[in-house]
Amino acid sequence: MKTTDIERELKQRFSPLLREAPRRSKEAADRLADAAAKRGLLDLAYGFADSPFGRLLLVVSGHGLVRVGYPDRDVDKELEELAATISPRILESATSTDRVRGELDRYFEGRLRRFTVPVDLSVAHGFRRRVLEATARIPFGSVSTYRQVAEKAGSPRATRAAGNALGSNPIPIVVPCHRVVRTGGGLGGYTGGLDRKVKLLTIEGVLDPA
Amino acid sequence: MQPFQSFMEEHRTYVYRFLIATVGPAEADDTFQETFLSALRAYPKLEHDRNLRGWILAIAARKAIDAARGRARRATPVAAVPEVTHHSESGQPFDTGDPLWQAVRALPQRQRVALVHRVILDRPYDELASVMGTTVEAARANVYQALKHLREGWSEDEDD
Repeated sequence: MKTTDIERELKQRFSPLLREAPRRSKEAADRLADAAAKRGLLDLAYGFADSPFGRLLLVVSGHGLVRVGYPDRDVDKELEELAATISPRILESATSTDRVRGELDRYFEGRLRRFTVPVDLSVAHGFRRRVLEATARIPFGSVSTYRQVAEKAGSPRATRAAGNALGSNPIPIVVPCHRVVRTGGGLGGYTGGLDRKVKLLTIEGVLDPA
Repeated sequence: MQPFQSFMEEHRTYVYRFLIATVGPAEADDTFQETFLSALRAYPKLEHDRNLRGWILAIAARKAIDAARGRARRATPVAAVPEVTHHSESGQPFDTGDPLWQAVRALPQRQRVALVHRVILDRPYDELASVMGTTVEAARANVYQALKHLREGWSEDEDD
């Protein structure tokens, strides 16, 4: 057989198989996260959950939930940020995010009052972390003021700083920064729009449906 | 460093094509998993300026060798193992008992990698050289030798 014949023969023989590579590699790639988790090689897993605000990004570490991203945030950018701050061993995994997705579903339906998924706030430090931890303890259906949260975090006068810490809450909804309002009764702000805060407080029965 | 998921998305089809052509369609799946698990293990410590495609293909090539060794260990002298016939989507059967496929499989590893890359996957020599960790000239020589072997009905010289 001539060299050119061999080349042509090889190409012909393989081309139908190679055409399957995009689909088959997708299926194989989808199975990788579970295998990686079993071997302890998966540092961060992400998935998505439906919500009244659109699709939420969920990211979990071995210690708990590290991120809930609203749909207006760029997913790739969020993941790149986490790759830089926590670990680049990130894979999409529906399995690993099942639990938090289930709890969020029930929360939005008004059937869950307390999240049981652990949160991982290890990327937050100092005052910011203490503010988020204090916020995590505000019960369903009640509200605190920025001042009260600042107090619980150990700096009663740092009301504005507490507001900033909540503005950069990496785990909104589950760490309920929507339960923090102004002293005078105003709702204060909310990342991504006050409508969301109103909606969440309505689900919890703090506000009446419009 | 980009998240592993997007790194995998970028290279998965390429790696899978490479594995179909080196270990065959039946073993491509397992070898693919082995390749990316191995990559995931080393990923955080990777130098930022690495050629990632070259890196992942070098791992895939190593895993393909492991797969071949595993196959050799499992082989029985009875040779009564039925050949797997893979039906592709186009309906064209691909018989792994095919003499040409057997001949490709029997090539020395470096020649096989070179041949798969250049002839079957139609990739340029400089990319091939980076996958093989060799010079463009050496890559070219391996392709040449592979084709020569196949043309001569394949001999068992280990000249890589």
